[in-house]
Amino acid sequence: MSRQRATAGLGLIVLAAVAVAFPLVFSSPVITNYAVYALIFVAVVSAWNVFSGFSGYISLGHAVFFGSGAYTVGIAARDWHVNGVSVFALLPLAAVVGAVIAVPFGLVALRVRRHTFIVITIAVFFIFQLMAANFSFTGGSVGVAAPFLPWNPTSFNDHFYYITLGCAVAAIVIAVLVRRSRFGLQLRAIRDDEDRARGLGVRTMKVKLTAFVLSATVAGLVGGVWFLYLTQVQPPSGYDPLFDLSLVLMAFLGGLGTISGPVLGALVIEPGQLYLTIRYTNGYLSEILLGALFLLIALFVPRGIVPTAGEWVGRLRTRGRPAVAPVPAQASAPAPSEASEAPAKEARR
Amino acid sequence: MARQIYQAIADGILVGGVYALMAVGLTLIFGVLDIINIAQGVLVILGAYLSYELSVRVHLDLFLGLLITVPAMFVIGVVIQWAFIRRLRGRERTSMTLLVTYAVALIVEGILYEIYGANPKQLNASYVQSSVHLLGFYLSDIYLYGFVLAVAIVVALYAVLYRSTFGRSVRATMQDETAARLIGIDVNRVAAITFGLGIAVTAAGGMVFGATNTFNPNSGYDLISRLLAIIILGGLGSIGGALAASVFMLTVESLVDIWSPEWAIVVFYAALVVVLVVRPTGFFGRPPVRAQ
Repeated sequence: MSRQRATAGLGLIVLAAVAVAFPLVFSSPVITNYAVYALIFVAVVSAWNVFSGFSGYISLGHAVFFGSGAYTVGIAARDWHVNGVSVFALLPLAAVVGAVIAVPFGLVALRVRRHTFIVITIAVFFIFQLMAANFSFTGGSVGVAAPFLPWNPTSFNDHFYYITLGCAVAAIVIAVLVRRSRFGLQLRAIRDDEDRARGLGVRTMKVKLTAFVLSATVAGLVGGVWFLYLTQVQPPSGYDPLFDLSLVLMAFLGGLGTISGPVLGALVIEPGQLYLTIRYTNGYLSEILLGALFLLIALFVPRGIVPTAGEWVGRLRTRGRPAVAPVPAQASAPAPSEASEAPAKEARR
Repeated sequence: MARQIYQAIADGILVGGVYALMAVGLTLIFGVLDIINIAQGVLVILGAYLSYELSVRVHLDLFLGLLITVPAMFVIGVVIQWAFIRRLRGRERTSMTLLVTYAVALIVEGILYEIYGANPKQLNASYVQSSVHLLGFYLSDIYLYGFVLAVAIVVALYAVLYRSTFGRSVRATMQDETAARLIGIDVNRVAAITFGLGIAVTAAGGMVFGATNTFNPNSGYDLISRLLAIIILGGLGSIGGALAASVFMLTVESLVDIWSPEWAIVVFYAALVVVLVVRPTGFFGRPPVRAQ
C-alpha cells in the first residue's frame, strides 16, 4: 500500500514538473494556445464532474454559468471602467454570479430527474442564450469585448497558461476533496439510488443543490478567465451548446465520476477538436469525425478509459480471475483506488 | 387588436400541428425505448432535404413524395436503432444514448453540409405561397394541408397503437419491458419498429417544415430543443400530450410574437420551466416509476 502511495506521489510530482515546465519547453504560441484551451476544459469538466459525475444528474446547462461568468467580467469591466491587469480582480464576481444563478436554476431543475432534468437544463440554457442576444446591456449580438491587457504578445499565452493551470489544479483539488468527504459519499448514494439515500437520511435536495452551486461557481470563474483570454464574447460563443456536449463527451471518454477520467478526456478531446476545426476550416469534416469518435467511445469503451483500463490492469494482476470476488458490497473493504472500484460495482449489480 | 389576437391563435394552432407531427415521433421513441433521440431534429431536416431532392430532380409533388420519403426514413430509423441504440445497456444508458444520438446528429449534419452547403433552402409548390380567406382569417394553404396531414398521421398512429396487436405489444413494452418480455413479446423487434415509426413520421414533419421555413443543415438544433420542450411539457411518452403541448406552446409563442418577436422564443422555454415548477410530470405524464 505504501509503495503504491509513493509511486502515486512520485507520479504527481513528475506531472506537476511537466505542467510547470511545459510553456518553457514549447514556447510557440500555437502550442500554448492548445494548452490553455485544454486547461480551461480540464477545470470546467472537473467542476461539471463534481455535480454531474458524482450525482448522476447529467447537466447540459453548464454553459449558462460559463457564459454568465464571461459576460459578468466583460460588463463589469466596461461599465466600471476597469482597465489593465486589474480586470482579474473581477473574477471572484464571475464566480459569485455563477453561484447566484445556480440557486434558482437548481431549485427548479433538481425537482425532476433523468431525462426531464436534462431537458430543463437545455431549456434554461436557451433562455440565457436568447436573453444575452436580446438585452441591450449585454451588447446584443455584437457581445462584449475585454479591456486590453498590457502584456507582451509573445508571453501573453504563457501568462494565461499559468492562470488556467491554477484554475485546473484548484478544480481538481475541489473534486478530490468532495469525493473523499461525507458530502461526496452522499452524492454518490444519490446517484446509485436516490429514494433509498433519502430513506437513509440524506437530505437529497440540499446535497444536490450544494454540489450544483459549487460546480457553477467554478464554471463561472473559469468562464471569466476564458473571456479575458479570448478578449470577446458573443451570445453563441458564450452560451455554446457544443460546450455542454463536449463536457459530457470528455467525462464519458475518461470515466464519469472518477477524478482522473474527465481530466484525461479534456486533455485528449479539446486539443483534438481544436486541431480539427483549425485544420478543416469549413468545419463539416471535423463534425463527421467528431460524431464518429462519439460513436466509437459509446460502443467500445462505454464506461470510459480509466475504469476500463483499471479493469484490464486488474485482470492482468489476477491472471484472468475476476479482480474482485463477487460478494455483497457492504462486506467488501473500501476500495483503495478508483480503478478497482468499478468492478466491485458491477459485481453488485 | 382583437383581430390580431384571433389571427395569432389560429396561426399558433396550425403551426402547432406541424410541430406535433415532429414531436409525436420523439415522444413515441421515448415511451418505448426510454431514450431521448437528439438526432430527431436533424432527421427532420434530412426528411426536408429528401423532399427537396424529389421535388427538384423528379418534379414530384411534395405530398406524393411522402410516399417515398416516409418509408425511406423508416428504414433509416430501423438501421440507426439496430446499429447503435440496441447495443447500449446498463446504468449509464440514459446519458450514453444522449451521446450516441447526438453523434448520429453530428454525422448526418456533416454529410448534409458536404452535399448541400450552408445556403438555406426552401421547398416550393403552388400551394406554398397561396392562402385562403376563411371566417375572416387569412390562413396559409400549406399550413392548412400540413395541419390536416398532422391530424391524419396522429389518428393513424393512435389506431395502430390502440387497435392492433402490434400496438398492444408496443404499449405493453412502454408499461413494463421485463413483463412484456416474459409474456413473449419480442421487445427488440418492437423497439426497432417503433424507432423506425418515430423517424418515419419526421419525414412528413420535415416536408411541411421545409415548405414553411427556410432550412439548412444547422436548423436541426433549434428544432430539437423546441421539440424536447414540447414532449416534456406534454408528459414524456404521451402522444396526446405532445399534440396538446405543441398547440399550446406555439399558440403562446404566436401571441407573444405580436408584442415582441425577439422575446417570443424566450417565453416558449420560460413556459416550460413555469409549468414544470407547478407540475413536474408535464400535462399528461405518469408519475415516474422507481427504477430498480
